[in-house]
Amino acid sequence: MKIVYNGEKDSRQFKNIIGETVEALLKEDDKVVWLDADLMGCSGTNKIDDARVINCGIAEANMAGIAAGLSASGMKPYAHSFGPFASRRCFDQVFLAAGYANNPITMIGTDPGITAAFNGGTHMPFEDVALYRALPGATIFDITDVPMLVDALKKAKDMPGVKYIRVPRKDSYQVYADGTKFTPGEAVVLREGKDGVIVASGIMVHEALQAAEALAKDGIEMTVIDPITIKPLDVKTIREYAEKMGMVVVAENHNRIGGLTSAVQEAVCGLPLKFGYVAVEDEFGEVGPQDYLRKRFDLTCDHIAEVVKGLK
Amino acid sequence: MTTKELEKFALEIRLATVECIKSRGFGHIGGSLSVCDALAVLYGEIMDVDPKNPKKPDRDKLVSSKGHAGPAVYATLALKGFFPREELLTLNQPGTNFPSHCDMNKTVGVDMTTGSLGQGTSEAVGLALGDRLQGRDCKTYLLVGDGEANEGQVWEAAMFTAAKKLTNLVWLVDWNKKQLDGYVSDILEPFDFEEKFRAFGFDACTIDGNDVTQLKAALSKEPTDKPIAIILDTVKGKGVSEVEKAAGNHSMTVAAEVFDAWIEEIKGNLNALEA
Repeated sequence: MKIVYNGEKDSRQFKNIIGETVEALLKEDDKVVWLDADLMGCSGTNKIDDARVINCGIAEANMAGIAAGLSASGMKPYAHSFGPFASRRCFDQVFLAAGYANNPITMIGTDPGITAAFNGGTHMPFEDVALYRALPGATIFDITDVPMLVDALKKAKDMPGVKYIRVPRKDSYQVYADGTKFTPGEAVVLREGKDGVIVASGIMVHEALQAAEALAKDGIEMTVIDPITIKPLDVKTIREYAEKMGMVVVAENHNRIGGLTSAVQEAVCGLPLKFGYVAVEDEFGEVGPQDYLRKRFDLTCDHIAEVVKGLK
Repeated sequence: MTTKELEKFALEIRLATVECIKSRGFGHIGGSLSVCDALAVLYGEIMDVDPKNPKKPDRDKLVSSKGHAGPAVYATLALKGFFPREELLTLNQPGTNFPSHCDMNKTVGVDMTTGSLGQGTSEAVGLALGDRLQGRDCKTYLLVGDGEANEGQVWEAAMFTAAKKLTNLVWLVDWNKKQLDGYVSDILEPFDFEEKFRAFGFDACTIDGNDVTQLKAALSKEPTDKPIAIILDTVKGKGVSEVEKAAGNHSMTVAAEVFDAWIEEIKGNLNALEA
């Protein structure tokens, strides 16, 4: 797999990529439907002229149920809202009407964790991954960059079960080459080092790579792994590296309870190793610029480096 | 079907429903018996379904959002030939295909999984929307409980149905006046269902929901540009006098002899009809 990470911002906006990708999917497959909950302007789908793009209004529970019904009738529905409303707000509907009833749907939750920024604590999901992890058969993509978003949107269309894609709306740091194809459940090793492994997802991949760069200058060589999907998690790869190196640090934009930290802990359970995490402690979100929130919740490359050094 | 044939079908559904619940000794009898006449008219007269091809994409569909009416739905499907009638006697046994609440992946002929109240309404909207997007000429019939209408999701789905002119979805509200804890009007007064649905943008009417003639007339009506909502004025436990009179008849546990007496009452009504 080609890694193109150079630490510079990719100016492409996730929301525009969602709009473009969905428009192409609608053209290539007449079963595709896009449902939105009065946030089409935020998912970049508001300019698409197609009867299969449907604004459900601010009614996420109804939207999730409609998605399940559409699926039962043979369609391939995507449904979008902000992260908390695409998870908490409609969880029972997604869980039963789609999950339990085996009606495959794809839920898109934008602005995960601190990327909710100025919308503040009410809009800041630190628990969406925990919820979707508890849904049998679900697949969870924590989006790292544009190529991963494009591939996840395309793949989700024909995958069984409930898919949850958590993705910011704005810019990112490109890690993978355009056109990269991913396999759900197969992690990608972004950097090899002998002293320990950092497992990071979503916006924390960039922080982890920055931390590894800085640590290398101090003579600490870290492996960095992007799980691509938090569920199913590539337990085999993560255990293999963890066992070899004896040190694992997880970095996630989510509560340490129930998300990637928990998933990796479960994966390495029983191995003799040192374990650390950079994640949100068990608390609620708050309002502010993303950069402030990054520091407020300690989701920084500096903090990752500190945790690694503390375990050395 | 003639009126008499529909009345007979409704009584047969009642009989099979009570036999089904008797097999386990307890079950949601009240809300099952209240919808038997609607099921008789839907499956006996109105809906285009094929027991030999139960997943035919352009079939008419039923979503019993009041998922606990499962026994009545199963009884109807058995009598239509979707599966052998004796399978009804496995209700809620380990490994059964006939759980308390409707499950599309277990029971042949069940079109949607329901049980968490309110959810079937949006699922039915999705089914009808999917049929419309795929150019299918068929209808979805949605059965909603009056107690179930406590759930806000019901009204989100109602709003969507009318706003998007989803005229291939027909709403039937089983206004049987009672929910688990007692009278609907005591627990959370719903006021006038017909007026509510009209205000939501439906063509709404109220009929005697235990009268097959009125059901047939209402269900045969083609919609204009507004979807149809039919409020079924029903009796919870209809057709078994002891259940009708029981205060708490949402779910009942009684001895086999009591079930037998109820079965005899229905059989007596069947004989009287045929005489």
